[in-house]
Amino acid sequence: MQRKVVFPQKGLPYWLLAPQLAITLVFFFWPGGQAMYMSLLLQDPFGHSVQFVGLENFRLVFADEDYLQAVWRTAYFSLAVTVLAMVPGLALAVMADRVIKGGTAYTTAMLVPYAIAPAVAGVLWLFMLNPSIGVLAWWLKHAGVAWNPTLDGSDAMWLVILASAWKQVAYNFLFFLAGLQAIPKSLLEAAAIDGARPFRRFYTIVFPLLSPTTFFLLVVGLVYAFFDTFGVIDAVSQGGPASATETLVYKVYKDGIHSLDLGGSAAQSVVLMVIVVALTMIQFRFIERRVHYS
Amino acid sequence: MSASHNSAPLQSGVNWLAHGVLWLGIAITAFPLYIAFVASSLTPQDIAQAPMPLWPGPHLLDNYRQTLIQGLKGTYLSPPVWLMLWNSLLMALIIAGGKIVVSILSAYALAFFRFPGRNVLFWMIFLTLMLPVEVRILPTYEVVSDLGLINSMAGLTLPLIASATGTLLFRQFFLTIPDELVEAARMDGAGPLRFFKDVVLPLSATNIAALTVILFIFGWNQYLWPLLITTDNRLDTIVVGITKMIGSGDAATDWNLVMATTLLAVLPPVLVVVLMRRWFVKGLVDSEK
Amino acid sequence: MSNLVKVYGSGAGAVPVIHGVSAEVADGEFVVIVGPSGCGKSTLLRMVAGLESVSGGKIAIGAHVVNNVDPSERDIAMVFQNYALYPHFNVFDNMAYGLRIRKLPAHEIKARVEKAAKMLELSHLLERKPGQLSGGQRQRVAMGRAIVRSPQVFLFDEPLSNLDAKLRAQTRLEIRKLHAELGVTSLFVTHDQVEAMTLAQRMIVMNAGLMEQFGTPEEVYARPASTFVAGFIGSPPMNLMPGLADGSRFTLGSQVLTLPSAAPRSGELILGLRPEHVTHWTVGQGGGWSLKVEMIEMLGAERLVYGHLGTQVFTLRVDATHVPPKVGDLLNLQIEPRHLHWFDSKTGKRVD
Repeated sequence: MQRKVVFPQKGLPYWLLAPQLAITLVFFFWPGGQAMYMSLLLQDPFGHSVQFVGLENFRLVFADEDYLQAVWRTAYFSLAVTVLAMVPGLALAVMADRVIKGGTAYTTAMLVPYAIAPAVAGVLWLFMLNPSIGVLAWWLKHAGVAWNPTLDGSDAMWLVILASAWKQVAYNFLFFLAGLQAIPKSLLEAAAIDGARPFRRFYTIVFPLLSPTTFFLLVVGLVYAFFDTFGVIDAVSQGGPASATETLVYKVYKDGIHSLDLGGSAAQSVVLMVIVVALTMIQFRFIERRVHYS
Repeated sequence: MSASHNSAPLQSGVNWLAHGVLWLGIAITAFPLYIAFVASSLTPQDIAQAPMPLWPGPHLLDNYRQTLIQGLKGTYLSPPVWLMLWNSLLMALIIAGGKIVVSILSAYALAFFRFPGRNVLFWMIFLTLMLPVEVRILPTYEVVSDLGLINSMAGLTLPLIASATGTLLFRQFFLTIPDELVEAARMDGAGPLRFFKDVVLPLSATNIAALTVILFIFGWNQYLWPLLITTDNRLDTIVVGITKMIGSGDAATDWNLVMATTLLAVLPPVLVVVLMRRWFVKGLVDSEK
Repeated sequence: MSNLVKVYGSGAGAVPVIHGVSAEVADGEFVVIVGPSGCGKSTLLRMVAGLESVSGGKIAIGAHVVNNVDPSERDIAMVFQNYALYPHFNVFDNMAYGLRIRKLPAHEIKARVEKAAKMLELSHLLERKPGQLSGGQRQRVAMGRAIVRSPQVFLFDEPLSNLDAKLRAQTRLEIRKLHAELGVTSLFVTHDQVEAMTLAQRMIVMNAGLMEQFGTPEEVYARPASTFVAGFIGSPPMNLMPGLADGSRFTLGSQVLTLPSAAPRSGELILGLRPEHVTHWTVGQGGGWSLKVEMIEMLGAERLVYGHLGTQVFTLRVDATHVPPKVGDLLNLQIEPRHLHWFDSKTGKRVD
């Protein structure tokens, strides 16, 4: 993790780092620190009175029924999005790995959702599943399924899950495909000669060797579901109906910007920060112990 | 070493299944965009009459012309779409360019020099990867506001340049540059800046290309931050604009125009991905190692 | 195997890789398939394994034609060039994998793996993963994996290429011992003619998709079937001299050689003579072939002497015990008739 041969200059590196450090300090560490500090204060929305209350905000947050609901909701949402994005991603990557001809064209086509903003993905799915004019909504009604995401909380939840997962499949597909292509073909040939049929080869050889990729995508998927899906939710349901799609990140936004509960929102931010750091740390540790190819 | 021409006997008979699944995948991927395309060629009345027809109609050019030049006039008075596209383009380019310049310099310092505090600074920079803007939204707003940067391009872009996405990737890459190159350059009399310009930059071309794609898309697709930081409609980016257009998603919206705008919003990033696919894929996968 | 033709792609412009190989390997025989890079030897091996498809002809293992049989059903074992060990399994599991698939009882698996491990001196490494082993150790694990299966045929795909020279020589001996002990029919692919000569009971010499000769090392050395085989087997390579034959005279450009025995026919022919078969030579003029020494390479136990016969470069091997010639000396070479090889100048095939 360190070069042997370096340049001898002592002052130059600081100059090179200066722009990044300046921007980072002003726009990352300062606000980050502020968020943590604010979480320990009780402020009125107009900034007239400020009171240090220690961990009171946190206690209130954790005691809040709405907050706990949001926690479960976020867990459910994240799991659903992650699974719905990873399973098809893997299946498609496995198939794409086998098809030699046209593989490139296919991969390019599959990458498109990566380029689409979550908010826009939300708009597209909202349009298709709009209860009055949506194409898919019409088919659902025709099939006898009651569908109304503007009134029914779980329908709204499914809408955001679908839009979020649809977008993320592309990312998983990409990484799974790269992981599959990194497995030497001779390993699979050896397994075939050892007597393993295709399905067995997959779950005894391919899938275990894919585990670093799988783990990585799991963590990335969770972070995506926790944070990047904000755009989907705001575009589609704004957390509604009646908080049905209000995930933790959305609650931070709502409580801070709309309800002006600065302390509470900051406390929630800090909780989220801790979760993200934990997830990233876990991933970092795990990557250190990757499986090596012989 | 990867897919070789002679693995056929290991997969006999499964190829039709593979193609089938892949086509299903493409269908699901393309379907929402296709619907948007069809909708953008109809009138609002066509759409309101569910179910919407599945074939494109005749109003394609009219709709696009209308949104581009006039924008939407409803509960949200949008600026003309071309202006919003321009805002998005500017923002995305500044973010991508800014991040690349800043991070390549930092990575160079971290990789090619040894100086006190190097490890600390590295971890500080690494830390910025862990906290997306959504988590520090309010304080960042305050800072930007205190600096008087609300409703400005600087305010839009600077907080997003703060995270060190490129630094890690470049640093990783710089660590693999052979020592002999550095030694040869030093013998030739090249100092660190010259070495950077003449050797490191050209070698990094692929990584820079890949990061450009990734960061351009990152910048173009930003939602929460531009939403908060601009109160002047004329600064709306296209992604924010679209969301404002649909209001509460009711049927009174001019969906045909919204869909036309949506496709316009999606076109530049998709083009970038498709055209620069090769570098992009390589860079994305490598950046996570 | 009989008359295989393998074609990649289809329609006009398809490139056939194997043009016609027909060979029968006896039960328990160790056959080496040798040839330069790209000659199709690996392809041939992989066809027997079932990893490449056969576009014409048949492959039979034992009494069964196996053209359409999946590799997993052919009862074969293969040692790959890069070993192809499962990196996430330890050595024991690597060797046990195939047996577990065949649902052998656990105690039987244990017995077989431990026996093979003992044979290959791997017993102390059974718990380790391939990433923790040296190249030579991994190679032995790859062989162990093949041995425990007790297959009908062993297939070796250039297994020694990734080893350093010393290890290669050592492993060659181990493979010979193993074959003597186990007696399984084996097909061994290599580009190294030394490996071929030392390991083969019989060898298939291949060139550009064609089988040039199939015979014992002695046959291939003493009676090469074509100029390719003659030049490929034996080091330094056989001198191959194209010229005009007429009875006992052979015209090589500017020089006319007197042959110790008549050429098999008159006309254009290629004369072959191994550098080690110039049995007598003296310095100075004489009735034999006249060679001016241009360069000498000293190799320790022997010397290589280079000169020209006519316009053709000629090499002879000189034992170190002889008083060596000097550069510029004119040598008089005596040749025994049994050491002359004749090849057709158009087809390269042996002419008797």
